[in-house]
Amino acid sequence: MAGRTSLAGLADRSTALIPRPGGDAEARERRDLLPAIEPERTVDDWGRSERIEGVFDATLVEFFYRYWFRAEVEGIENVPSSGGALLVSNHSGALPPDAAMIGKAIREEQPASRRLNITVEHFFKGYPMFSMLLPKIGCVAAHPANVHRLLADEEQLVLVFPEGRKGTEKVYSERYRLRRFGRGGFVTAAMRAKAKLVPVCVVGAEEAAPIFYQAATLQKLTGLLYFPLTPTFPWLGPLGMIGYLPAKFHIRFLEPIDTTQFGADPEEDKALVQTVAHEVRARIQENLHEMVARRKSVWFG
Amino acid sequence: MSGAPSARRVLVTGLASYWGGRLAQALESFPEVETIVGVDTREPTRELERTEYVKVGTQHSLIERIVRAADIDTVIDTRLVVDSIAASRARAHENNVIGTLNILAACTGAESPVRRLVFKSSAHWYGCRQDDPAFFTEQMSRSHPPATSIERDVIEAEAAVSDFADKHDDVTVSVLRFANVLGPDVETSHTRLFSLPVTPMILGFDPRYQFVHEDDVVHALEHAAFNDLPGTYNVAADGVLALSEVIGLLGKRPAPVLPPWGTGLATAAMRRFGFRVPEEMLGQLRFGRGLDNRMVKAAGFRFEYTSRETVLRLAEHLRLSPVLSGAREPYRYEREVEEFLRWSPHVRRERPPADSVGPEDAAMFDPSPPVASSATLSDETATPDPGLLDAEEVIALLAHLEADDLERLEHLERSGQARAAVLEAIAGARGDSYT
Repeated sequence: MAGRTSLAGLADRSTALIPRPGGDAEARERRDLLPAIEPERTVDDWGRSERIEGVFDATLVEFFYRYWFRAEVEGIENVPSSGGALLVSNHSGALPPDAAMIGKAIREEQPASRRLNITVEHFFKGYPMFSMLLPKIGCVAAHPANVHRLLADEEQLVLVFPEGRKGTEKVYSERYRLRRFGRGGFVTAAMRAKAKLVPVCVVGAEEAAPIFYQAATLQKLTGLLYFPLTPTFPWLGPLGMIGYLPAKFHIRFLEPIDTTQFGADPEEDKALVQTVAHEVRARIQENLHEMVARRKSVWFG
Repeated sequence: MSGAPSARRVLVTGLASYWGGRLAQALESFPEVETIVGVDTREPTRELERTEYVKVGTQHSLIERIVRAADIDTVIDTRLVVDSIAASRARAHENNVIGTLNILAACTGAESPVRRLVFKSSAHWYGCRQDDPAFFTEQMSRSHPPATSIERDVIEAEAAVSDFADKHDDVTVSVLRFANVLGPDVETSHTRLFSLPVTPMILGFDPRYQFVHEDDVVHALEHAAFNDLPGTYNVAADGVLALSEVIGLLGKRPAPVLPPWGTGLATAAMRRFGFRVPEEMLGQLRFGRGLDNRMVKAAGFRFEYTSRETVLRLAEHLRLSPVLSGAREPYRYEREVEEFLRWSPHVRRERPPADSVGPEDAAMFDPSPPVASSATLSDETATPDPGLLDAEEVIALLAHLEADDLERLEHLERSGQARAAVLEAIAGARGDSYT
């Protein structure tokens, strides 16, 4: 349902891939030339399908969000109601449920009910079925050019998981311990697009899909990114990937960081990028600790 | 079209190719274009009114002589082969890379009259990979070496063109990278794919596709010839469609028969059923490709069709083509006829030159010469005429048609021979399909 993200390692090669931002006038002109979606279409240029997303949203996602995880949302006002913004979240779970829940939280709780683009690894574009399904429900490959287009040109909400695979690979005993935040590629992306950074904390996903062991041999055999052993996977087959335990979800959106405050071309300053990346990571970690400490029960919140 | 046309004396390479012929036909309608010279090794495949055809390969010394003698200011290179089925690997390479080098060499030199070079390139330059961005922009560099021979050809040819551009500041070089072309007239591997009764897909993949209509290709080449467009431009219509969406618009059924692993073997098997999947199409069927077309729009070009409309035009054509097949006589180039039409003083021209044929002389000729009028000829090539079928044949086909096709056919018949029996039968068939 959701995917994994890695902006790691993209920072250094992204410079060559993205046109240098011109002045504001030029940016506006480029925006105006973006093709409009013809009203007869239900699929957008990214391959996102209103119909299929709607079906998922009304069934599986609705069920998990409302009845299974009973998600509670704080700080929804921190999600900008207009303009491009990059949401940065902690990440976990074999087939991570957190991305879909964050998307659903914004759709349900935010008055503007904005749609969220979830960045996933390129791996999925090459794997049958994932390749077909993920774009339809709002997932986009985590290419710096894709993120830039969504943030700067289309002014949309984009969700990244800077921990990437390292976040979803970690086993149960390492829960709520944030991994390295890549090389700060997400900060560079937000700065270049002059978009806000919104840190997001998710508590509950670690217990909903705990991983006890990573089976390296099976991973090689199946060609998957990794092969986790969870309470339901692979025992129940592929369906076991969404066999989540009913942990209670808490989603907290933190105060946005305005990347325009750093002056012109802040992405060139590697030290600044690292500082901001650490700051975001620290804020998420701090809030996670606080949320876990406050939680009386994993299942009832 | 905006701005004053600047191309006056044009050389079109690959005149016998689909694009060379279409472009020359289009340029003929611009009175500002004084001279159109077309070169190719094969004879033209389209009716041309005033284009001069010279049978020559891509030997640069010969082309250079033509360029200088005719004082050519604009060279439009339409030869590029972008379909590995259209030519063998070696012939495609010869044409795409060596041919381009020769054309460029013919435009080189201090006294060369050439001021503008338009190179028809292809989006195959970008390739098709798993870690591609969703929309390629012109500034992006490739992160992988070419995967197919056509890709490698396109890259090498473009490298030669950009090298030429760097060395010749006084020549405006435009490189247009076209997305997959569809349309009622052009035949590509993709039009063949979409005319199959069911459309094969790779199981578990629904790639993104962007198209450009054949008319927009010609218009884009014209636009580059008449306006100042230095650099590289993606020419792909607005809208990127999922393959499943395309199949829906065509009214076909998807057939996910190609396995995700060992796809190459499966397509080899498909060859036995008469359908060849070129290797560059395999990448597109798996990963798809999207282009950013904002640069060419910013340069003043306006697309007539979106990707979706392009597919719809193809769908109309596919439904109508069984009715019209065989109705159209293919054009055959006859040197003597062409020379007679161009040079004989007995041919009545629409705008007679003041000094050669006076109005009194012209009145002596038959007012409707069978072949000299360009308008009737080009109309015939553009819209095939159902009137060329016998009335009984048309009536026999009516049962297989849907309502909107019938409407089109009726329109064509009314504007053509307007045979009462056919019109009556169409009216009957339409009445039936309504009830």
